[in-house]
Amino acid sequence: MQNIGEAFHLALSLVLSGEADLYEIVGLSLQVSLSATVLACAIGLPIGALIAVSRFRGRGLVLIVMNALMGLPPVVVGLLVYLYLSRSGPLGFLGLLYTPGAMIFAQTILIVPIVAALSRQVLEDLHAEYAEQFRSLCLTRWQSITTLLWDGRYALLTVGLAGFGRAVAEVGAVIMVGGNIDHLTRVMTTAIALETSKGDLPLALALGIILLVLALGVNAGVQTLRMTAARQAHV
Amino acid sequence: MTIARLIASTALTLGLAGGALAQEQSIIVQSTTSTANSGLYDYLLPIYTGESGITVNVVAVGTGQAIKNAENCDGDLLLVHAKPSEEKFVAAGFGTERTDLMYNDFVIVGPESDPAGVTGMDDVEAALTKISEAGALFASRGDDSGTHKKEVALWKAAGVDPTAASGDWYRETGSGMGATLNAGIGMGAYVMTDRATWISFKNKQDYAVEVEGDENLFNQYGVIPVNPEKCPSVKIDAAQDFADWLLSDEGQKVIADYTVDGQQLFFPNAPKN
Repeated sequence: MQNIGEAFHLALSLVLSGEADLYEIVGLSLQVSLSATVLACAIGLPIGALIAVSRFRGRGLVLIVMNALMGLPPVVVGLLVYLYLSRSGPLGFLGLLYTPGAMIFAQTILIVPIVAALSRQVLEDLHAEYAEQFRSLCLTRWQSITTLLWDGRYALLTVGLAGFGRAVAEVGAVIMVGGNIDHLTRVMTTAIALETSKGDLPLALALGIILLVLALGVNAGVQTLRMTAARQAHV
Repeated sequence: MTIARLIASTALTLGLAGGALAQEQSIIVQSTTSTANSGLYDYLLPIYTGESGITVNVVAVGTGQAIKNAENCDGDLLLVHAKPSEEKFVAAGFGTERTDLMYNDFVIVGPESDPAGVTGMDDVEAALTKISEAGALFASRGDDSGTHKKEVALWKAAGVDPTAASGDWYRETGSGMGATLNAGIGMGAYVMTDRATWISFKNKQDYAVEVEGDENLFNQYGVIPVNPEKCPSVKIDAAQDFADWLLSDEGQKVIADYTVDGQQLFFPNAPKN
């Protein structure tokens, strides 16, 4: 257990020492996972909204599949993306394998179902509240969707955070398509896996603590944004 | 508007990630974990890159996966340690030529309590037989890596089929060398590891080298450029340059100079030309 005390100490001194390598890894983690979150929202929110306002045959089945896909194992996504991006795969000509682009690609696939499924639930509840108003205003489906997305924006921030949390914490997909290459594709989770395999448990744990603080920081930032915006809206 | 801007910057990131590689010279080496985990590349690559201007990106996986990745054209150079598999790789046309690069040796590490009583043995087959007869825990890589292939060959030579006891005293972790050491040490099992990984490993607890010195524990590393005829995307000039440097007097000296705690980890043995 002495490892834990040592790790906290190490985490602090790592952050304070301003070691360039650490900031590079932290920066890449944020860059990759935030990019994936933005892309996943751009794809997943419209899907979630569309399904929330639509009624069609087989809708129940679509919901079941979408909810199930939230549990996509990262390592399977990594394997599939590897097979596609490999030089011998259908998208090999892009030369994306072992680049941050490949990692963004994989994480986006991983979290689109989360964003779509959760936003569908949020927007469907909101839609139930608004349905009569929409009907009386004779809104088109497109207008309903944009209204719902706009009015539900604060709740949807949490949906985005759920996606970000999943992306920044996973290791299975990024290690396979990124390759954990030093100064190129090494992120927090793959660095933790590497230090653990070197038997340097205090350093691995210290990096874990920094990753937690990072996730905490992003969540606190979004929460502050949300509260400030909500306050302004009520003034 | 912020969302649009974020999307634009994401697209830029994706584009840059692809473009940056094309501009500067860089190659991908598919490598075994032992060379990476022991810190050899951290020592050696800055020296090479400083001289050549070529960036070397290392993907460290088990030998089996490294060879598979190279067969998929996802690497420019292969640096692994399983000679029969490497020769098969070259014979199938995936590599241009295999050259001996350096060696070290495998050792069997175990807990201080030494339940099978193998400490000090230098006959690895006898030691493995003793471990199996005692039913003492043994953690195997079980991942088709170079180390795993070697271990399987040694069990075979000892006339023991440990997989019959898989899940009992024979524990196949299916992971890398470091992860297997962590697991083995956690459960008090014997582990066969390359010496380089062991010396640089930081979670040794009460473990020590117990079996060593058998010539059957010799561990040869080889280097193979990936064949551009099979894989047109391969940067053969840069890959060949790095291979030539590793095999040159200078590269060989750099390998020999790398030490951890005063111990040399790899012994260069490229053929003199």
